Amino acid sequence: MAHHNPWPDEGNTGHIWDEDIRELDNPPPLWWMLSFYAGFIMIVFYTLYYPTIPLTDEMGEYTQGMAGWTAVEEYNEDYKILRDWRVAKFADKEEKLASMTVADIMKDPELKSYAVATSKVLFGDYCAGCHAAGGAGNPGFPVLADDDWLWGGKVNQIEATLINGRIGNMPAKGMMGNLSDQEIEDVTDYVVALSEGKGGDAAVAAGKAVFAKGMCLACHGPAGKPLAPAGAANLTDQVWRFSSDRDAIKKVITYGVNVKKNGEYIEGTRNAIMPAFNERLPNADVNIKRLAVYVHSLGGGQ
Amino acid sequence: MSDKKDLYRDNGQTGSVLDEMALDNKNLQNIGVEILPVHTGGKVHAKRMPGKFRSFKWITASFWIALFVFPYLRWDGHQALLFDLGNRQFHIFGLTILPQDIWMLAMVLLFFALLLAASTAVAGRLWCGYFCFHTVWTDVFTWIEEKFEGQPNKRTKLDSSKMSLEKLKIKLPKFALWAFIAFMTSFSFVAYFTDAFDLWARLFSLEWSSTETTVILVLAAATFFFAGILREQTCIGFCPYARIQGAMIDTQTVVPTYDVDRGEPRGRMKRVKPGEEAPDLGDCIDCNLCVAVCPTGVDIRHGQQFGCITCGLCIDACDSVMDKIKKPRGLIRYASLAEFAGQKLPPLFKRPRVIVYTAIMSFAAIVMVYGLLTMSPIDLKALHERSPLFVQMSDGSIQNKWTIKVVNKSNEVMLAKISVEGPEGLTFIADKEITVPPGNVGATTLLVKIPKKNLVETNTPITILVNDVNNPTIKATYTTSFISPKKR
Repeated sequence: MAHHNPWPDEGNTGHIWDEDIRELDNPPPLWWMLSFYAGFIMIVFYTLYYPTIPLTDEMGEYTQGMAGWTAVEEYNEDYKILRDWRVAKFADKEEKLASMTVADIMKDPELKSYAVATSKVLFGDYCAGCHAAGGAGNPGFPVLADDDWLWGGKVNQIEATLINGRIGNMPAKGMMGNLSDQEIEDVTDYVVALSEGKGGDAAVAAGKAVFAKGMCLACHGPAGKPLAPAGAANLTDQVWRFSSDRDAIKKVITYGVNVKKNGEYIEGTRNAIMPAFNERLPNADVNIKRLAVYVHSLGGGQ
Repeated sequence: MSDKKDLYRDNGQTGSVLDEMALDNKNLQNIGVEILPVHTGGKVHAKRMPGKFRSFKWITASFWIALFVFPYLRWDGHQALLFDLGNRQFHIFGLTILPQDIWMLAMVLLFFALLLAASTAVAGRLWCGYFCFHTVWTDVFTWIEEKFEGQPNKRTKLDSSKMSLEKLKIKLPKFALWAFIAFMTSFSFVAYFTDAFDLWARLFSLEWSSTETTVILVLAAATFFFAGILREQTCIGFCPYARIQGAMIDTQTVVPTYDVDRGEPRGRMKRVKPGEEAPDLGDCIDCNLCVAVCPTGVDIRHGQQFGCITCGLCIDACDSVMDKIKKPRGLIRYASLAEFAGQKLPPLFKRPRVIVYTAIMSFAAIVMVYGLLTMSPIDLKALHERSPLFVQMSDGSIQNKWTIKVVNKSNEVMLAKISVEGPEGLTFIADKEITVPPGNVGATTLLVKIPKKNLVETNTPITILVNDVNNPTIKATYTTSFISPKKR
């Protein structure tokens, strides 16, 4: 900074660099400066009034500020207003959901779409963990958007499944547990052929015999199709409960589903348990109906 | 200290013209610091005088009368121009535009933005000088001021005089008239968004909504303040377009320019006494009339500058003086720097900027016309379910799910019927017919099944068709992808 100022009258601040670069002093207008200083005063006010200081005392209490205001409290108040409004606005629909049967709800398009629209969050919280968003299914957990239902795809059957839960049950190595390794191979081939619509082929005749001998038909039906939905898979369709892979099918036949020995699951058995949601869901009497309608609407309800 | 600096200093030569200048001569003006060429001597009271450009300005200004008139035009029983934000409908004569078609507004804006650029490139700030609402309103406000307070010198005197009953007697009626115009301006603006006659009726029964009241009062206050009080300061200090347009001018742009070669050296004409030599003067007699008439108070003889809104009033003033002293007109005239440098201006269609601007404008216009011509009364959107993308069904087919949204942009109730076209064996389940009230959206779920053997790719194009059962000419199609698993 030079001390020599050749331009004393042009309004520079006297700060001069490299001999000729200097700073001019053009102050902002008074009103601008006043509001600038007013800003500083407001900082003091804000600091005292609102919870500004990020320190806690020995009790773990934060500094609250003179107003005692908190953002969470304000949010809760606002949210309560919104929630009260919703409760009031949809009170009649909720009442209908509580008093009507699921089958009747399905007949009322407006109520049905209300049930579907209000289920998305509930499904995400309680169901999607296993069944994935939109009922897309996960390995080991059934797809809800298809039209294959082990326990029935009518809306009241879905409701019953939700209320009581379901526990899959398939004995290992046939009903008597006495199928030999070769018989298991044969019946696996037969089951795969059934799904491809080739159950009558001579090549799988041995497997077909095993299917009868092992009493598989007791649950899966004489033609591989259960007579009534009671948890047994339809073997003639192209949807597989666990996997369409031949080795995986063989494994299910060998070790069964939920097979226990001395109170413990045997190694290799498949687990298929749907918990009862009657106790798990809040406000279950309405929410189960809601979810039953929602699951039915995913794409495969009957 | 200076020794250290010399180490990295390139012998003081920066290539600048300032290198040769003695230090003491480097005062602000000499080193090119912009001394703002704006009027700083208090409020600008411009003199008014008749002329070509004055008349032209009144003609272009009268374009704004439309603002006050259009809200009262009717079309088919409703307001011809009504931007009904509440019902999300924009009525432009027979045309009703819904928010779905609002993309055309982007084309309108693009067109006018480029029109601004093109006109500025050719002839300077035409918008500022002749059309801008601020220029026009200020012009009208100062015209009223002159009627009440007289010529500029009288007005300056009145402004500096002490407050008195006499002064109030002059000022108050002027303010009242200004306030009336300001109110009519904001009222007319709001009348484009709600029924104009209804707005009047509700004014007298004091039933304006808080929004209407606020907008009208704020806008009226702003009109009064900007056109009445702030005037040229808006153009010089606030308006971003003033600076943007300044940057769009080049050496081929014609703008009001003072002919330096012809005018300088300026000086008052004197009768030459016998024996004295007549001074060699240019045509400018330094009468300062060009400055006196300038609404922004600039001196055009300094050359083109950001205070100049290119309104041409200085040309009128100078021409009248030239007529009086029997010199040819055009000492100040619309001319480009290139002309003064002795170059001929290329024709418009050979200037790159004009070509580019016009091309973009044509594009915007064509897209806009296309949009208007193909504007369909129905709008169809199909949202593919994201989870699951596809479902294996028990019969071996693959199922996809869509949420179908049908927008009814017509004025009649629509009965939308959905059908789907695609590969062989395609079946679909959808609501039979969806009822969509006018201006509303109807939604439904669509399930489409296709046998796996008929699907070759993981993405198969299918077409969703919707037609209105009530009016078979209304239909829409939506082409989308049917998603299936990879074949193993």
